[in-house]
Amino acid sequence: MNYSKQQLAAIKNLLYKIADDQLIIGHRNSEWTGLGPILEEDIAFSSIAQDKIGQSFHVYEILHSLGENDPDTTAFIRKANEYKCCHLVEFPIGEYDFSLVRNFLFNHAEAQRFDMLSGSSFEPLGKLAKKYRGEIKYHTMHSDTWIRQLSQATEESKIRMQRALDDTFNLALGIFEESPEFTTLVEMKVFDGENALRDKWLDVIIPKIESAGLTLPQKNSWKPAYGGRSGKHTEHLLPLINEMSEVFKIDPKAQW
Amino acid sequence: MKSYDPRINRIDLPVNEDGKEILQEPENWETYEVFHQKKRGEQHVHVGIVHAANPEMALILAKETFGRRRQTVNLWAVKSSQVFATNYDDQDIFETTPGKTYREASEYYCMDKIRKYQQEHGIEDRKEKRRIKKEEDTK
Repeated sequence: MNYSKQQLAAIKNLLYKIADDQLIIGHRNSEWTGLGPILEEDIAFSSIAQDKIGQSFHVYEILHSLGENDPDTTAFIRKANEYKCCHLVEFPIGEYDFSLVRNFLFNHAEAQRFDMLSGSSFEPLGKLAKKYRGEIKYHTMHSDTWIRQLSQATEESKIRMQRALDDTFNLALGIFEESPEFTTLVEMKVFDGENALRDKWLDVIIPKIESAGLTLPQKNSWKPAYGGRSGKHTEHLLPLINEMSEVFKIDPKAQW
Repeated sequence: MKSYDPRINRIDLPVNEDGKEILQEPENWETYEVFHQKKRGEQHVHVGIVHAANPEMALILAKETFGRRRQTVNLWAVKSSQVFATNYDDQDIFETTPGKTYREASEYYCMDKIRKYQQEHGIEDRKEKRRIKKEEDTK
């Protein structure tokens, strides 16, 4: 299919958002490797982190096929303001409650996004969405299990989970920052837009949050953390990129 | 900016005389035996244990611990406390009484009869064919 310049830019922008979110949250979650609460969870959480980075690689490959740099260069050699990830994924891992709640909110957004994209007119993305359906489903099952367990375990765990949800919710709303070119994507039937995605996401997470015994922050306190999609990031992103790209910058051909 | 560093931002928890947090025993945690199924219809095979707070978590953790490096269609998790076992002190109950080897499968000779039946009915003995081919290949 032949796309106009404007259409292609809109598709690329969408792809960058998806891949950068996956890469950064994958890298963040991998910081738990070796520190997980129990061995089995350490393995599971690390594996999920790796999955996300693998997913981002495939999205960067699609971008490469559209004329962008190769995946490694795209992932590692960009200025912080060229990344399109949302603020939610940039924050340090904090304590496990924060990391779990972040993962819960992010995974469900990703699952819904890929569900919408499985019918995308942009074929490579549609295919990818179908390919990763099982993987992402497992990620949501994993976070659902932990949210349910820890929200109902001890007094301390309940307080922690509620506090983590309160701290994280506005960041998570930042996932759904609409791009100026979203009407182009909707017209092309590539993607129905972030507002539609946010509504689907809310429909999924609200019952889960409530049945876990947690309280969703009041609607009048919702202040989405926007900026990431246009390259305005938190102070946490730059140190992460520097660390992540250290080896690549020393030796771009390094193999391990 | 609010710090997410656990050393700075700790929740107020009761402490003992040494100033250390009083940790509650993780009373719900126990072990689950994990059984792995490679293909539908095949039997589940015991592969190990996971620690978990509930059965659902046991399955979620078993998936990555035991399912990620091999073909898997299904997993079972069973609370270790629900497994009943014989006692190793009683291992002698499994010994076969001398002179009763007829109880063991290896004492039965039936392949001759099976081969004869296959020949009479024109049924190909695939196992035998594979064996012959393997012998020829190794020559």
